[in-house]
Amino acid sequence: MRVIQSASGVSRQRFDIGSLRELFPVLKQTVHGKKLVYLDNAATTQKPLSVIAELDRYYREYNSNIHRGVHLLSEKATAAYEGVRCRTRQFLNAASEKEIIFVRGTTEAINLVAGSFGRANVQAGDEVLITGMEHHSNIVPWQMLCEANGARLTVVPLTDEGEISVEEYTRLLGSRTKLAAVSHISNALGTVNPVKEMIRIAHDRGIPVLLDGAQAVAHQRVDVQDLDCDFYALSGHKMYGPTGFGVLYGKERLLSAMPPYQGGGDMIRSVTFEKTIFNELPHKFEAGTPNIADGIGFGATLEFLESLDWNAVVQHEHELLTYATEVISNIPGVRIIGTARKKAGVLSFIMDDVHPHDIGTILDQEGIAVRTGHHCAQPVMDRFGIPATVRASFALYNTKAEVDELARGIHKVIEVFR
Amino acid sequence: MSDLRALYQEIILEHNKNPRNFKKLEGATRILEGFNPLCGDRYTVYIKLEGSTIADLAFQGSGCAISKASASLMTTLLKGKSIEEARSMFSLFHDVVTGVLADVSFERLGKLAAFGGVSEFPARVKCASLAWHTMRNALESKTETVSTE
Repeated sequence: MRVIQSASGVSRQRFDIGSLRELFPVLKQTVHGKKLVYLDNAATTQKPLSVIAELDRYYREYNSNIHRGVHLLSEKATAAYEGVRCRTRQFLNAASEKEIIFVRGTTEAINLVAGSFGRANVQAGDEVLITGMEHHSNIVPWQMLCEANGARLTVVPLTDEGEISVEEYTRLLGSRTKLAAVSHISNALGTVNPVKEMIRIAHDRGIPVLLDGAQAVAHQRVDVQDLDCDFYALSGHKMYGPTGFGVLYGKERLLSAMPPYQGGGDMIRSVTFEKTIFNELPHKFEAGTPNIADGIGFGATLEFLESLDWNAVVQHEHELLTYATEVISNIPGVRIIGTARKKAGVLSFIMDDVHPHDIGTILDQEGIAVRTGHHCAQPVMDRFGIPATVRASFALYNTKAEVDELARGIHKVIEVFR
Repeated sequence: MSDLRALYQEIILEHNKNPRNFKKLEGATRILEGFNPLCGDRYTVYIKLEGSTIADLAFQGSGCAISKASASLMTTLLKGKSIEEARSMFSLFHDVVTGVLADVSFERLGKLAAFGGVSEFPARVKCASLAWHTMRNALESKTETVSTE
């Protein structure tokens, strides 16, 4: 494939979904004798051939430990791995490679900030602010921090549409708030938060902001300098990359002042039993042999993402979600959960008298992969007074025909439970 | 569809729609909650013991069709049974849903045969077992919430 680059404007005709799907071998299979319809992309996306090939090439040709070897393979591996850092800086438009910390994923990125920035800056009586739509990974690390330091977790409530009110958010940013940690896009509801405005409001009060970007990076371009966020956390596997590799972006000024998160090899400059001198950024936060292979695979992921016409991707996914919302909400007995004005990627729904778990099993028999459950966002379920939802989540390779399949699957559910 | 019908048999759909003994049981001597955090299924099982006999039992809560029908059928099967009989029926049920038992015919199992299709759906075994685990632990006087995760 090559989705043709367009300098500006819409290029719907040139977004060739057929050749794009050819790049994802997983999609070409049948499950339970039916053509696979993969709609669980918010959990993890499928991987293009170029990423799979890059992992293979690394292990076949230059598998080696990095940052320490004098031999050729180690030099090659180091160059490739650090090349990914350079590419990541460009991809996020960070100011410096020192601001790109490699981690296992969004969860580790947030734990790093809680365990380092939080431990150093959040004292007894202080507050950390989150929203009612956060994933457990953007709740629990802050809860643990608050518990340990005697601080308080403040939560911006959700409206019935699954949005947060910016007025309420502003009101809850207090003189003791030391950090706001907010999802860029909600994994359970698909709500796109007005993060740029939220960051500006927090900064007016001198409060830094962490964005949980796990659900955002696959659906839109992210420019951390334009957003002016202080931290940005993401997972490679939710953006067509390998599992076990993610990124924490942090402003250099903040990262420099933060204590290390984990101790070990690579994060030190010199060690004696009396004193250890820590390495410079970004290595200060990268203890131990990292996930080299998946990091190099992540580099191929960024190359893939950069080859796309993003205007076309955003338009395609927007049309898909609009179409799915219309088709699914018109089925009698179906209710969409999360009706924010601005949404991306996610369609959560429930049905009268049929539990999401039963819906998931029946859809699976029809070849349709969705997520059912609380989506690691139990407070969101509590907010809507439901135990679980069915979540169909979309990626750039999904089609309207697959949405039709989903609708057909839901009719099958109705038939079974008639 | 045949696999689906094996899972969602008429008797399961019917018990899901009209669960039996679906109430709070006054005078219960054992009360225990069972919870499956994976899907949010949550039931309270009430048992009224007279000596070593289950004089009455009931359940309340919410969850998927498999878990609710299983809880409902369980209450109908165990009423009047001894603790020992309940334990052995638990073992039999467990063997049915985990596929240990090859013969899941109605002749061999009676109403429990309705759960013969569950073993083909590994993700649903915990749904089917939730109320049963809760019942068994209640008989053993465990007071913590039972989790099938």
